[in-house]
Amino acid sequence: MPETTLADLAHEVRSKNAGPFWVTMELFMRDADGYRVAADETFLNERVIASLYHVDEHSIGIFRIPSLNVVKISFPRPVSQGSLRDRDMHAGQHHVPLARLVVPA
Amino acid sequence: MDKVRVLAPSGMLGAGWDHATVERGIALGADVISIDGGSTDSGPYYLGAATAKTTAKAVARDLRSLFTAAAGAGIPVIVGSCGTSGTDAGVDWVAGIAAEVLAEEGLDLKVARIYSEQDAAELKEHLGAGRVHPLPPLGELAAETLESCTHIVGAMGHEPIVEALRAGAQVVLAGRATDTAVAAAYPLMKGLPAGPVWHAAKIVECGGQCTDNPRAGGVLATIDADGFTIEPLDPDAACTPILVAAHMLYETANPFEMREPDGTLDVREAEYTAVDDRVVRVTGSKFHVADQHTIKLEGARVTGYETMSFSAIRDPLVLADIDEWAALMRALITQRVSQTLGLAAGEYAFDLRLYGHNAVLGELEPETGPPREVGVMLLVNAPDQPTATAVAKVANPLMLHLPTPSMDYLPSFAFPSSPAEVERGAAYEFVLNHVVDCAPLELFRIEFEGKTHA
Repeated sequence: MPETTLADLAHEVRSKNAGPFWVTMELFMRDADGYRVAADETFLNERVIASLYHVDEHSIGIFRIPSLNVVKISFPRPVSQGSLRDRDMHAGQHHVPLARLVVPA
Repeated sequence: MDKVRVLAPSGMLGAGWDHATVERGIALGADVISIDGGSTDSGPYYLGAATAKTTAKAVARDLRSLFTAAAGAGIPVIVGSCGTSGTDAGVDWVAGIAAEVLAEEGLDLKVARIYSEQDAAELKEHLGAGRVHPLPPLGELAAETLESCTHIVGAMGHEPIVEALRAGAQVVLAGRATDTAVAAAYPLMKGLPAGPVWHAAKIVECGGQCTDNPRAGGVLATIDADGFTIEPLDPDAACTPILVAAHMLYETANPFEMREPDGTLDVREAEYTAVDDRVVRVTGSKFHVADQHTIKLEGARVTGYETMSFSAIRDPLVLADIDEWAALMRALITQRVSQTLGLAAGEYAFDLRLYGHNAVLGELEPETGPPREVGVMLLVNAPDQPTATAVAKVANPLMLHLPTPSMDYLPSFAFPSSPAEVERGAAYEFVLNHVVDCAPLELFRIEFEGKTHA
């Protein structure tokens, strides 16, 4: 059986700038079951995000919002917006490594 | 007034909308039209160069829609962050377009311009007096950083806009303002409570984004003493509690709190209820007035000048070894630039991006499959434009012919245009994320034109 990813359990996974210095991402889960998976701190936590995005674990904020079945993640932009190394001006495509994270069986 | 209806036609002036949606908002009893004209979202260039992202024709078209509707209803129009970045040049650019539209339509409306551009020397005095504080992730500000900026703006709250409205302005063209201040100003002036006002302002700042069809036009927020309701201007679109609540997450680092110059919106206890199948009621929003009023600064400076070159690869032999090929390319560009131009690595910089392979995410890319075709972008940054272009020209033979280490012949790659080099001009970066302790009107200037007998 193929592995299940967070994207499979989500209605939408998105990323965006939150001002010039922060990236923010939201996992809009389809239902409460999907939310329980995404909100499980033993599965999705600061350490996992730090390794996916090569950012400092202590700079990451994770917000779990059960009323919306949403998990929101924010961290400082690792590459300065518009600089020579910035390939994603609006940080609009940075959700992909999070979206394809394989959930525990 | 026990109720104020704020019409938000779109998330950005110049984005366009169906004029019928604005007329519908007027028919629903709109008391004010507010729209955001800018953002930092598209990068530091627009502030650094004081240039708008939108085109004049689109801005004129949208202003015509708003001015004719507002003049007919006798209600004010408020535009924030004019010219994308809200520089003085941006305000004057929108004011010039507005004057033409008003003349063409035969409308006589009193226009206020609020300037938000800041002088580095004056900001240095604030810095010296300990009134400038960093916001994470930036640290303490150095005076030289202020001096290095080509443009600095302060993001105004509602107060300067209220000041202009009280002086009789029917059209307010504001420099840099918080996205929410443009929608919050009129209802706050009318005495409505700050919690519902700021929360409604956040929800309407992107126009129809909190509806099930964001392309169908804007929204109308009706604010009262206990909360607000929100509905789409297109009768076929709908707001739902989830969509409205979810908009509080959009482009915010913290989903529960949002800082404004005079305090903090707190939506932890907000409740979202469906009034019917397309209208939502929101209650429980709070606003905590801050002990100290602060204005957030934005500033951009030149990092150098860029030249871009773009080629493309379809040859499967090269694509099979694309990472090795790119590593060789980087090494040879550095070597040839040193040999030919005598430039050391620290005297210029370049980024080689393999579009179709891993250009967007770089080392974060999780997929490993072989690409079918790859666009090769070389982006060079140097202290001046001729040097950036010289580096790109030295790299050109490699961009055309570089074989992989295992090939024993010269391939020729696919340049999409001639000349191969595109000079991009100055490149910028944002360097300020700091607030200044100051009085609400202190950093802003208001000027009037047009009708003077208000």
